[in-house]
Amino acid sequence: MTTLEDVRALVARATGDEKHEESTTSTLDALWVLYERILRVDPADPDAEDRDRFLLSKGHGPTALYAVLAARGFFPTEWLDTFMEHGGHLGSHPDRTQVPGIEASTGSLGHGLPMAVGVALALRAKGLQEQRVFVLCGDAELNEGSNWEAILLAPERRLGNLTLLVIDNHSSEPTMPPWDARLGSFGWDTHLVDGHDHAALERAFRVRQPDRPTAVVADIPEGEW
Amino acid sequence: MRDMRPAFGATVSDLVDRDDRVAVVLSEISTQFFTAAMRAYPDRVVNIGIMEQAMVGVAAGFAMEGFLPVAHSLSPFMAERPYEQLKLDFGYQGLAGTFVGVGGSYDYASEGGTHHAPADVGLMLGIPRMEVLIPGHGDEVDRLLRATYANAHPTYLRASVTSNAASHEVAPGRLDVLRRGDRATVLAFGPMLDRTVEACEGLDVTLAYATSLRPFDTEGLAAIAGEQPVVISVEPFYEGSAAPVLTEALVHVPSRFVSIGVPRGFIHGYGTSADLDADLGLDVPGIRTRLRAALDA
Repeated sequence: MTTLEDVRALVARATGDEKHEESTTSTLDALWVLYERILRVDPADPDAEDRDRFLLSKGHGPTALYAVLAARGFFPTEWLDTFMEHGGHLGSHPDRTQVPGIEASTGSLGHGLPMAVGVALALRAKGLQEQRVFVLCGDAELNEGSNWEAILLAPERRLGNLTLLVIDNHSSEPTMPPWDARLGSFGWDTHLVDGHDHAALERAFRVRQPDRPTAVVADIPEGEW
Repeated sequence: MRDMRPAFGATVSDLVDRDDRVAVVLSEISTQFFTAAMRAYPDRVVNIGIMEQAMVGVAAGFAMEGFLPVAHSLSPFMAERPYEQLKLDFGYQGLAGTFVGVGGSYDYASEGGTHHAPADVGLMLGIPRMEVLIPGHGDEVDRLLRATYANAHPTYLRASVTSNAASHEVAPGRLDVLRRGDRATVLAFGPMLDRTVEACEGLDVTLAYATSLRPFDTEGLAAIAGEQPVVISVEPFYEGSAAPVLTEALVHVPSRFVSIGVPRGFIHGYGTSADLDADLGLDVPGIRTRLRAALDA
């Protein structure tokens, strides 16, 4: 059991990426709920075939994810002390080849969601029916066209094993909401929740439709990052 | 003669049958060759519609789960439009997959510049770890795909409509010396072989054939070039695309390197690819003229 305060303390050790601070703080609650209450992952066997998968599509502000993973024991917490430093393991965008528990190397926006669709299809092809795929996109990241290819595709493929988490911290300029209505119109089962409300996040994450993907839009009002 | 595009379809369909790690992600193009495979294996042979960025991303997702994905489209929509997905999703992430572009440089000449892709091979060489295959015949497509589909690399196979009349026993990294001469080494890639053989008639040159640029037999070319300081590359893509690989073989010997390929400019003409070959000096008379100029320089 890891408390959110434990994780916040770890986040504070990873300094140097202040330009992505809002990305970090906006995603922290949802990531903590996911890893503490939802995802079936094992730090001792991060590539276990029967694990759930999580992809940080936007890649920005990964210290929240690093802190959650370190708190769970995926890698030593000392790694956070050399965040972004030469010789360290943790960059300001995550690298799957360097960090246990990181499923995808991301940072260029619009890559993680199409890959998550592929992972969801692959799990189905392998007959892994219980495992789930979660992918986190930022609201500004949803401006990228490649995401909308995947957003069209996932309902057509009836990917009930896929959940898209949109952290809507209203960082996009220009603004293009409402994301829940937009995603719903593409065939996703959508849930709009308070991005700091752990119980609401958990309820939304537990939803799994048999034949269509789920989208959880976690609202983080401007100034509440 | 078996064309490359149906050969690709037949070979990959067979691999899907034989190896349950193979997954195919299509974006509308060439689905006619996969009707049976899509019916037999609907979970791992998928046509996702016209979305090439997602095609590569989805293929990467399959690769992350241990599958051996194959993605395919026309060359500009395989090599250029989703270039960042090839670079990052496969290259940077250390994943393996096979990407088959069809249409060569301007095989679909009458479609215009939107459907041309003479930059493809140069771009693919710019992605570390990306293997680059340039078959010259449908049977060579089959051999090269079977040799590489399960290796640990991302692999780009440049299929073309233009083919040589006969196939060779090709393999990735193989350099075949077809005849020996004294004045130069002429190296033909993929579908340029037949016209290069014809253009070389009466010339005292060594003629070699290759169907891959990565891997490439650097030592083999270096051995030939050590005896003949003039190396002339005949390439079906942008002139000089092969230079970074070939000149690496020549760094230890005083040598001269000449590239004969597609001039670096947009093409605004139509007709057949043979028409454009003649316009661009890549038909037999054009290649012969440039070979003579290189030999006499």
